[in-house]
Amino acid sequence: MTSTESLIDRRQLSYIAAQAADARLNVELETEGMTLNIGPQHPATHGTLRIIARLDGEQVVWAEPSCGYMHRGYEKLTEVRTYPQVTALVNRIDWLGSFANEVPFILAAEKLMEIEAPPRAQWIRTILFELSRIANVSLFLGDLGVQLGAITPVFMAFRDREYVLNLIEGATGGRFHPNFDRIGGLKDDLPAGFIDETRVVMKKLRNFCDEMENLLFGNEIFQSRTRGIGVIPKDVAMQYGLSGANLRASGVDWDLRRDQSLPMAWNKVDWKVWTHPDGDSFARCWVRLQEVRESTRIVDQLLDNIPSGPVMAKVPRIIKVPEGEAWVSTENPLGEMGYYVVSKGDLGPFRTKIRSASFNNISIVPWVLKGVYVPDIITILASLYFILGDIDR
Amino acid sequence: MSTDSVAALPGDSVRERIVDDLRSSIGDALLDSLVKPNDDVWVRVRTDAWRQTALALRSLGFDYFCFLSAIDWMPSPFGKGEDDPTAPPPERDDTIKQGYAGGSTRLQVLARLVHPTLHVGVNVKCDVPDDKPVIESWIPVFAGANWHERETHEMFGIGFAGHPDLRNIYLPSDFEGHPLRKDFPLLARIVKPWPGIVDVEPLPGGSDDEEGDAE
Repeated sequence: MTSTESLIDRRQLSYIAAQAADARLNVELETEGMTLNIGPQHPATHGTLRIIARLDGEQVVWAEPSCGYMHRGYEKLTEVRTYPQVTALVNRIDWLGSFANEVPFILAAEKLMEIEAPPRAQWIRTILFELSRIANVSLFLGDLGVQLGAITPVFMAFRDREYVLNLIEGATGGRFHPNFDRIGGLKDDLPAGFIDETRVVMKKLRNFCDEMENLLFGNEIFQSRTRGIGVIPKDVAMQYGLSGANLRASGVDWDLRRDQSLPMAWNKVDWKVWTHPDGDSFARCWVRLQEVRESTRIVDQLLDNIPSGPVMAKVPRIIKVPEGEAWVSTENPLGEMGYYVVSKGDLGPFRTKIRSASFNNISIVPWVLKGVYVPDIITILASLYFILGDIDR
Repeated sequence: MSTDSVAALPGDSVRERIVDDLRSSIGDALLDSLVKPNDDVWVRVRTDAWRQTALALRSLGFDYFCFLSAIDWMPSPFGKGEDDPTAPPPERDDTIKQGYAGGSTRLQVLARLVHPTLHVGVNVKCDVPDDKPVIESWIPVFAGANWHERETHEMFGIGFAGHPDLRNIYLPSDFEGHPLRKDFPLLARIVKPWPGIVDVEPLPGGSDDEEGDAE
């Protein structure tokens, strides 16, 4: 409690500290503080995030991300769309794991309509969800190397992600924006040969994880640049609402796939939630690597016992969602992605609050960057892992 | 209380105990509550007890801050932006009707806190006075509320007393209006009627009257 409050005090004093730093530097050391602008086009920012950092020598005194370069107003747009149309919008929030964005919205609508997708649809949803995670996080692992100056991992990541994207394209018709989830089930069944092909790809992805572990995580430079850097303690992570691997890397054993009962197939298979006690950049990267491995295991097991039957429940042709409010969130590749849907019994939502993972994950940046050295800004941002569309929505 | 009408199912006792604990902690500042079995909890608290509620819930173990936002309950005067701009505007029902856990004002703040070991969340609502839309900031309790309050401030025009820096987070600093309020028009639908006139060139020799008349 006391530690929490002192942390808050520090956060509140950041603006005063920035001013004071300037004054102190000018008076005592007779040097000027420097303001460093990172972005909006810096390759380390996964899009157009801009970070303004006030420096004292090589140390960051104050840092603030400047968002909004990609704000598309999806919450407003959902209010003029029908429920089936919304999935086309939310596909574009986290564009590397698009299918995973559709699922919580569809689940929220299904919860309000009190219908449930047939078992086969739940299975396929879970498989595609995990494939999105693998595609998303494997790119993260490659990108991580680039940001530390190692080029090779990104080529390997793009090579192996392609196999997963081909699977997603084969099943849904879209590599990046599947728009495949429907209220009550899925647009279509799996194509012929999908199961065998997926098994082969999962084996390749496990090899990719091993390669990455040897190439990157065992590398001395990588370790020295990430271990002990950007430490986020458990209580700070909780009050900033960090989620996903960022939260688990701070030692919180929390995974929404395991800890809530959704009409999905995660609780039908055997898998493990990985956590790490350190809370530093290395822990965040390591947890993600383990999660890709775990996802390949989940997909393999789901393929073994995929039930037969229809992939679509009986739903009316024109979908009207009864009046009510519903909150559904899932463990997306980036963290907790949730939709608070308010329905007035209309064809479209009355209000949708989109709780995206990266918005919370990035709101900790001013806190975590305080006092770090300039080169560490890049590794910390890389390890927090955000997608710009997921911040700005 | 709406909780009485719901049949008891396994899992409910956890959620009902949360409401009882919160009531014993903040007393009559808890105005209304709704427990949906095996689903979720909604509570509505008095405006002046907004921060007190956060403190009470945190001491009950709800120390995961999920999100903070607001809801504008006024029906949109523009409908879905599908009106014919040449016809007179249609009659619309403009009665304000709040959702779960009731309420009496047009704007309501909505936040969600989660218990990390019980894995149960609480949706906390609070009325925001129409004449002076300002409530207490949650930053002293949850530092992560900072950005969410900035977003709510620019999107709904709700002030947060005690927030150190309510700058816009997405919009330009000279932006006028609050886009997520229902009386803020979605300009894309105003300047071009939905579903949009198809602006293709007419085929040479064909009759070009029908096209552009989508549905």
